[in-house]
Amino acid sequence: MTKKRLIPRLLQLVLIIIGVYFGFILLFDVALHQIIPKSLLTMYMLFVVAGTAMVFTFTEEGAQELVGPIKALVEDPSKKMIRNVVFVIVPLLAGYYTYTSMLPSFEAPMELRTIHPAPPSKFKAFGKSYNLTTLQNPYRKFEKEDPAKFKGLVKEGGDVYIKNCQYCHGDKLDGNGPYASGLNPTPLNFQDVGTIAQLQESFLFWRISTGGPGLPQEAAPWISAMPVWQDYLTEDEIWKVILFLYNYTGRAPRSWANE
Amino acid sequence: MNPRVAVWLVAQLHLWLGAFVVAVPMFVFIIETIGMMTRDERYDNMAYEFIKVSITAYSLTAIMGGLLSFCLVLFYPDLFKYLALIFKESMFAYALLFFAESAVLYIYYYGWHWLQGGNRKWVHLTFGLLLNAFGITLMLLANSWTTFMMSPAAVDAAGVFNGNTWEAIHNFLWNPINIHRVVANVAYGGSIVGAYAGFKFLSAKNKEERAHYDWVGYNANFIAIAALLPLPFAGYYLTAELYAYSQQMGITLMGGVFAWIFIIQAVLIGALFLSANYYLWCGMGRSDGASRYNGRIKFIAIVLVAAFLVWFTPHTLVLTNSELKSLGGPYHKYLGVFGIMPAKNTAVNFLLTFTFMSFMFYRRANKVATVSWATTGNAIQIALFTMGLINIVTLGVYYGYFTNTVYKVAASIPQVLTTLTIIIVSTVIDTLMYKGAKDVAPLHWGRMPARSQYALFLLAVSFTWLMGLMGYVRSGIRQHWHVSNIFRDASPDAYTPTLGYAANVITVGTIIFMAMVIFVFWLSTISGKHVVAKGYWKEQA
Repeated sequence: MTKKRLIPRLLQLVLIIIGVYFGFILLFDVALHQIIPKSLLTMYMLFVVAGTAMVFTFTEEGAQELVGPIKALVEDPSKKMIRNVVFVIVPLLAGYYTYTSMLPSFEAPMELRTIHPAPPSKFKAFGKSYNLTTLQNPYRKFEKEDPAKFKGLVKEGGDVYIKNCQYCHGDKLDGNGPYASGLNPTPLNFQDVGTIAQLQESFLFWRISTGGPGLPQEAAPWISAMPVWQDYLTEDEIWKVILFLYNYTGRAPRSWANE
Repeated sequence: MNPRVAVWLVAQLHLWLGAFVVAVPMFVFIIETIGMMTRDERYDNMAYEFIKVSITAYSLTAIMGGLLSFCLVLFYPDLFKYLALIFKESMFAYALLFFAESAVLYIYYYGWHWLQGGNRKWVHLTFGLLLNAFGITLMLLANSWTTFMMSPAAVDAAGVFNGNTWEAIHNFLWNPINIHRVVANVAYGGSIVGAYAGFKFLSAKNKEERAHYDWVGYNANFIAIAALLPLPFAGYYLTAELYAYSQQMGITLMGGVFAWIFIIQAVLIGALFLSANYYLWCGMGRSDGASRYNGRIKFIAIVLVAAFLVWFTPHTLVLTNSELKSLGGPYHKYLGVFGIMPAKNTAVNFLLTFTFMSFMFYRRANKVATVSWATTGNAIQIALFTMGLINIVTLGVYYGYFTNTVYKVAASIPQVLTTLTIIIVSTVIDTLMYKGAKDVAPLHWGRMPARSQYALFLLAVSFTWLMGLMGYVRSGIRQHWHVSNIFRDASPDAYTPTLGYAANVITVGTIIFMAMVIFVFWLSTISGKHVVAKGYWKEQA
């Protein structure tokens, strides 16, 4: 015997799915002011729908209760009118959805770009060859050995940053400088947990000194606007600016050894 | 015919079939041993049935292996010659072992009913052990050729080999791949025989048959889940070793061009875990005593789904132009934190712990513990789960986000150990606590809805697809090299294909493989049928 419910199971399922959908939108778009991208929301909802359907159907009674109204709609002679209405509306909605999603628009297609180049083992800059696996920031040691000197070096790095980098990467290092909106791909946000915090300082040295043209051939075109900074800055200035990037964001560079 | 697609598909089909036929004897041996120890003939029959299914797959594996060698010689003769020069001894050993394995397999299968009882059973089990030894050795040898192409050893920069066979075999990535493949093969083999049980359950003609195949399906799903639990750790170890071998390969794999395949991987692993859990939940319907636990399932489902949302949230988002402008970059301020490994590790440990919880509920569903310390035992288990989960979150959040990368990576190990501790300690407590437990209601094997069997199919298809995708990534990270940094691919196909193209090739491969599997299932069905053709044969005097 199935219990008499206040809200039928099918309606419960639909309400939960709609509730979660709008819950995401409310949380991110309204409360946190950071929209939830459509592509991500679609993936989220796929699993929310699957999970909810599983909970509603793992018992035989639950499954019967859920499909009962649908079966009745298709089979029950007394529901002829509503059946005809549903059978007209559902294909129309499917058609409308297909039409709107296939309709050509002026919006540029979405890009599936992962801007995370793989470093070469060696590269050339400042007329020398560097081995990326062994290269280290020559000033990093002062962080422990001579904190006062280290502070001075970070400040010098900060000056280099403000004079050269903040126009794109922003004065808060969040990738949102005055020129950022004109660039695609957008300048890197150093505050994000997944950017410089995941990288070794040698990686940053490679990226800064060789810029966009120094990106690897694989996974091209990179279309990066990053200048080749070895033409404008000295090797020392680049190492100092790297100190500043980590110091300002409070992140530690990736290293393989324990401190 | 495009040479790359030909080699790709044939190699992949050979690997799928090979994984299955290497895995089946492993658990057949264990099931047969259980049958011998418990003297429960059902186990012996089930083991025989599994090996029967794998025997046709064995021939198909050999055919595909032959075809692969043929394709390599035909399309990539220089590469094949280069590898054959380095591995000539092990290739010869491979051929000999293959003969030995075939011989042992045939004795093991055809002698099953002949070698029954007493010492004969021991002899049969010894053949089972030999079969496994040969099968695994064959796989390890083939793995060394593949891993040599990724992490060549004992060669100079010009590609000249100056070492011995063992050095070439024992290259940097050999063992990480070996461990990953052995564990994954068992999970995969379990899922394929699970699909077989589902196939037989759905086509069963009577109640007894349905009950039998329900029981077989349950055991197959158990094998798949048991091997699935340690699999993410084996994968994590392999990837960490890959990063250690070459940061370039590591970044290409997970941060660069192949990163999106990892998102698809995450979705498919989601499908695996959800279908395995769903099957367990449906299985609680086999007894009336289980309804006590029904109300708790929704909480497990909420945690599983939430963990999945974290598990597959990408770091770099796919955005429309307007979304890009609104967010100010490809990273999300709040969701971006879910895009990196500490969040993924925490999520996967939650997934494993809660999948194990589903299994515990299933085991307990129809039983009432009779030991005097049952309340204390339950309290200890609740404390264990709670403290373990708090530890996993602390390790993930504190070490993952507020320390440097060395600790971030290192924190994954105590997380895994926490999960394993929960699983092992809980299993021990549960086993002791439910010794001599009372059944609440009779257990009805066969009382399973048809949709639970489709969950078993989904498990097999997801596994197959997943292996194809990740196999492509493993091979693809060599990019334009046949042998990394040694032997360049000079063919017109040396470029990395688009993700969509790769996914299509693998999808076609999956369909071909599943068609072969259904053919194998069907063969096992007709092999037991006898048609009496009345009036066809002339009467013998």
